[in-house]
Amino acid sequence: MPYRLNINGVTREVDVPPQMPLLWVLRDELGLVGTKYGCGKGLCGACTVHVDGAAQRSCQLPVGRVGNARIHTIEHIGTTAIGARLQEAWLKIDVMQCGYCQAGQIMSACALLGHTTKPSIDQINSAMAGNLCRCGCYNRIRSAIRIAAGMQDEESSRVA
Amino acid sequence: MSPEQSLVRLDRRTVLKASLLAGGGLALEALIPLPASAWDAAAGKSSAAAQLSAFVSIAADGTVTIVSKNPEIGQGVKTSLPMMVADELDCDWSQVRIEQADVDQRRYGEQSAGGSTATPKNWLPMRQTGAAARAMLVQAAAQRWQVNAAELTTARGRIFHTASGRSLGYGEVASAAAALTPPDLSSVALKEPGQFTIIGRPVVGVDSARIVKGQPVFGADTRLPGMLYAIYEVAPAHGGRLVKANIEAARRSPGVRYVVPIIGNGDHDEGLADGVAIVATNWWLANQARTKLTVDWDLSAAKGHSSSVYRANADAAITAGTGTDLRVDGDPAATLAGAAKRVAARYDYPFLAHAAMEPQNCTARYREGRLEIWAPSQTPQRGLETLRKALGIAPDTVTLHLTRAGGGFGRRLMNDYMVQVAAIAKAIPGVPIQLLWSREDDLRRDYYRPAGWHSFEAGIGANGELSAFTDHFVTFGDGKTTARAAGLNLAMPPAGLIPHLRYRQSMMPTVVTTGALRAPGSNALCFASQSFLDEVAAAAGTDLPHFMLGLLGPRREVAAPGGGVTFDTGRARDVIEKVVQTSRWAQSPSQAHRARGFAFYFSHRGYFAEVVEASVAGDEVAAHKVWVAGDVGSQIVNPMGAENQVRGAVIDGLAQALTGQAVEFVDGVAQQSNFDDYRLARIPMTPEIEIAWVRSDKPPTGLGEPALPPVIPALTNAIFAATGTRIRSLPIRLKSA
Repeated sequence: MPYRLNINGVTREVDVPPQMPLLWVLRDELGLVGTKYGCGKGLCGACTVHVDGAAQRSCQLPVGRVGNARIHTIEHIGTTAIGARLQEAWLKIDVMQCGYCQAGQIMSACALLGHTTKPSIDQINSAMAGNLCRCGCYNRIRSAIRIAAGMQDEESSRVA
Repeated sequence: MSPEQSLVRLDRRTVLKASLLAGGGLALEALIPLPASAWDAAAGKSSAAAQLSAFVSIAADGTVTIVSKNPEIGQGVKTSLPMMVADELDCDWSQVRIEQADVDQRRYGEQSAGGSTATPKNWLPMRQTGAAARAMLVQAAAQRWQVNAAELTTARGRIFHTASGRSLGYGEVASAAAALTPPDLSSVALKEPGQFTIIGRPVVGVDSARIVKGQPVFGADTRLPGMLYAIYEVAPAHGGRLVKANIEAARRSPGVRYVVPIIGNGDHDEGLADGVAIVATNWWLANQARTKLTVDWDLSAAKGHSSSVYRANADAAITAGTGTDLRVDGDPAATLAGAAKRVAARYDYPFLAHAAMEPQNCTARYREGRLEIWAPSQTPQRGLETLRKALGIAPDTVTLHLTRAGGGFGRRLMNDYMVQVAAIAKAIPGVPIQLLWSREDDLRRDYYRPAGWHSFEAGIGANGELSAFTDHFVTFGDGKTTARAAGLNLAMPPAGLIPHLRYRQSMMPTVVTTGALRAPGSNALCFASQSFLDEVAAAAGTDLPHFMLGLLGPRREVAAPGGGVTFDTGRARDVIEKVVQTSRWAQSPSQAHRARGFAFYFSHRGYFAEVVEASVAGDEVAAHKVWVAGDVGSQIVNPMGAENQVRGAVIDGLAQALTGQAVEFVDGVAQQSNFDDYRLARIPMTPEIEIAWVRSDKPPTGLGEPALPPVIPALTNAIFAATGTRIRSLPIRLKSA
């Protein structure tokens, strides 16, 4: 089936079965490999993208249901104010170890800061609980979100 | 403290070669023979490439390029090793570019990631190479200015002659330096630790800026023109063989271009497993076509290989007391018989998967008799050897590119995915193939941390001291040798610290492939032995840190059997005393159901003592805070990465204990398949982690592993302190009160 998709502000055309998850359209049809495969079941969050501004697992979203929704991926997130602040905070305290899950982490964090400008630790825990990090970078993920939100954080004073 | 202290020393066979860089500049390469035996014995390896190398170049524009030769799996080596070169070169880190080397044993020597060995091996050679390049640049500047080199100083990539007020950038004399004879590497002057400008400062990982933008760095990000995507369907049970495959329906499935049944080489451990490759224009289409395959598998080899059977066998072996005595010191039986008190308990732990976030994958193209591979492997050179054995591919016909790996944890020490994609690519010449395992493939075909069973007994003497200690360990093996990563460490404390001790071992066969998981051996042995010693300490009327201090005795070095790494009781004492102090151990929390536990371990040359504060509510355990005291030598190379390794290790260990991690087998089939039944740590369970470094005057050693083992028994000992319930089996399963 031919589809016209609005991805990172650009119309992209693909011809794939309607059940194909958006993840595999992004990675294998459009070459946008920043969005990662981790589980294929919506359990790990590595494939998180924004659909009309909301964080969604692209491995669970069939392309046939995307319609006219605006899709944004990690490749584009730096052009938004919140996304750029998150990337900067992520680098300031070098959140990552292997880094494979971090695109999904940043996408989820970006959606969180979109509606909660100064999140508490509990709010961060709740919003980020769907994103696995096997390397265990969780302390720094919390810290980076708070730094991006302009909040004081232990890690920023330690590493700066 | 002497900065020259290192576990690797350069000798006369070292080769240092200078050449003119294309486009102008200095290229310097050091080839350093490495006495391999000590490392291999310690790492439990047979033999390895015994050569190190360092490559640095300074271009005419002042850009410094340092080659990173080892695989980057998230341990930070692509940043930390170049930091060593750059600091002694005395350039500014912002001038430095890192170039990932392809795999080339002749040029780069050993290229691997495992065993926390990169830091101790490279600490001196990397710095000496940087210092040699600096000396040559200084010499070239001295010649240009007609002054004595001793009058020149350097800083941030510039050379200064203070007397005349002149200065120039490294790039301006780099070409002239290339014509000079390199100095003797072992005699170049190195900085005193106080002079470091890059080492010891927090440096952001060299790939981090690309990662936060989603730019391609990982194996699975590899994209080549005309590339197709593959899955490889193998038998559901370990050791299964392909009998017959009906591939017609799969071949007609949308997007599918090729379906290729492959008969392996019969080596179920490290060779090529039988399977059916489905190759399509899109990975999801290849994976969808799996359901259309009809395959007859011969699963008879796996019959009876079930966790319940393994458990029963282990119980029977322990009850019978049969096994091989691997280490007997003094007369443990008589000492136990005469002990004032005796404590006995059994401990066990399950098979664990690695579950790196990036599933196994590899990309390959075969054309005109040559294979080109893009691999996220921890041991790419071993992969070449595996290709030769399994497929008869000559290593010199392979070009092997290293990609960043989305986690290793020991899983990518094995190269099964590389052999599989090579077999598929050979069957479809000219077409680049990316093999990607599904999460289910990844969890069902791991080289699992082996399960194990221990039956301990300890004697306590009249003065409350540990008088005798015995362990009957049941593990996996063929009767002669243990399965991979399934052996007992004969230096496991309290061995070497008390006169009467026995380590006995029994083994049973398994078809399940086993392997090294982060801090192999130690991740399990520390849980069992430090939890049991906590029981012994309580029976002796004290707590574990003080019991351990008594056991360690005076500061001295204790030799390990078989030439393993020497154990320094002084360094052990220091980290234990440190964590007792930082955690305010004496003032444990007074809330009901909330308490602290302690544990210590020595692994991969690192000394770690840890305290966990945990609470128990019903059957829910929460870890609130973890204090870590670690000694990995005189210098933390990159504190940014080092703290991350420790935090990661702590969370990794807590997850093993708290999230129910266990892989169970029924007739050789792994029962867990995704993150719903094999759970990892999630952010809400993350405790506060406080790290204190104890800086001994010893050479720096690695951090990928040694911080993990103590956190598990520190947690289980905290649970005992909070509830009176001993956790003798992992993962932790508390029944509701």
